[in-house]
Amino acid sequence: MEGHNPDAVIAIDRLVKKFGEKVVLNEFTVDLKRGENLVVLGRSGSGKSVLIKCVIGLMRPESGTINVLGEDVLSLDHDGLDNIRSRVGFLFQSNALYDSMTVKQNLEFPMRRHLKNIDYKESMDRIMDALENVGLAHTLNMMPSELSGGMQKRIALARTLILNPEIILYDEPTTGLDPITGKEITLLMKEIQEKYKTSSIIISHDMKCVKRAADRIAVLVNGSCYAVDTYDNLKRSSDPNINQFFE
Amino acid sequence: MRMPDSFNKYLDETGATSRFTYRYFHELVRPRYEIRQFLRQCYLIGYNSLPLIGITGFIMGLVLTIQLRPSLISYGVESQLPVMVSLAIVREIGPVITALIFAGKISSSIGAELGSMKVTEQIDAMEVSGTNPFKYLVVTRVAAATLMLPVLVMISDAISLYGSYLGVNIRGNTSLRLFFFQVFQTLQFGDVLPAFIKTFFFGFAIGIIGCYKGYNSSKGTEGVGRSANSAVVVSSLMVFIIDLIAVQITDILGLN
Repeated sequence: MEGHNPDAVIAIDRLVKKFGEKVVLNEFTVDLKRGENLVVLGRSGSGKSVLIKCVIGLMRPESGTINVLGEDVLSLDHDGLDNIRSRVGFLFQSNALYDSMTVKQNLEFPMRRHLKNIDYKESMDRIMDALENVGLAHTLNMMPSELSGGMQKRIALARTLILNPEIILYDEPTTGLDPITGKEITLLMKEIQEKYKTSSIIISHDMKCVKRAADRIAVLVNGSCYAVDTYDNLKRSSDPNINQFFE
Repeated sequence: MRMPDSFNKYLDETGATSRFTYRYFHELVRPRYEIRQFLRQCYLIGYNSLPLIGITGFIMGLVLTIQLRPSLISYGVESQLPVMVSLAIVREIGPVITALIFAGKISSSIGAELGSMKVTEQIDAMEVSGTNPFKYLVVTRVAAATLMLPVLVMISDAISLYGSYLGVNIRGNTSLRLFFFQVFQTLQFGDVLPAFIKTFFFGFAIGIIGCYKGYNSSKGTEGVGRSANSAVVVSSLMVFIIDLIAVQITDILGLN
């Protein structure tokens, strides 16, 4: 963590990720402080999702370092990665709910895998608690296909919360939702941050979501972290690379 | 000299499939073992295929008997009908036709299911949830397909022979006991064993190709459709190639 903020729960340093000849992330550097919501803002296809997939070990970068909760993600073995993943939640853009499982089984799945000795009562308590947090306790035995897009997003969020993560990575949480549902999800994310004191990286280009959720914003331009600042400061900027997002 | 792109693509695909197969065996023997998921896949792949395999097996036996009868009558060996049909079914037609139907049903469904899971990030979600998706999704399905196809072929053969018995009795009068007495008197160890062994290879090829195509599906619904389609085409072709190899080996070993 040398050279980084000691309060940082995630420290990304000079990350490079390529797909063939195409450089998607080019020396990207940013820190996530404990308890903050950091929004990564960038155009479609700019590598925002790739960034958080590298953080959780789903993709391997060409070079650079990623430090999550004091662990160097790129040097971890399978068990080490599992340990980090039990402390970091990930909300997928497409929700990624398992089609063949009920809501209950979807929420049970990560628990059974990460907490091998958990008993049935504690498991049910956690499931009900997570579902109540997102206001969908009545969907326990429903299949994902029976739920609306907004409800699926909430269930996916409940699944992310089930292991009480210290960090949550949100991949475009409001994409594909109507403005009202998008607002509800954004407020829910803020509520979760305040209630559980989580730190989050939020990938988004929905400016309403960005304004409501962000403590700081990192602007991703040409694969690099172009600027990091608060919403209000960035909005005042006259730099065309920044104000293109605020127009 | 520069190789054509299609040939390079074919070599790439072959290499990738080989690496995928190697990874299957590597993950198969390494704990943790997904026993519950494996049993669930045996049920889905094996038990759920039973009605289709049973109906086609029955029709296969009946039709083969009806079509063979005129030829045997012309040679004056109509009494050999149970013998001819049972040899054809047990040695070749039963395993190959059942494997082709199995490929159509299972390989496409595995290809489409895994392809859709890939596209909707469910495979990534599984990995984040502390699960090895290859072991959970691929190893269990391939192992289930490898073990279930031989069982289905045995059942299909039995139903085919019963269909054949009914076919014999359309224009004749043979008791069930006499029919099966003739069948079992004819069938030798060398008829049953090679046919049975090759079905494990058929099942393995169908499972691994379905999983490979689905697991490596490209993004989008078009990619999922393409995965399901090519899973059926390639696994059906593999059934014939394995059959050809099996027949050659059986011949070399003198089991024909």
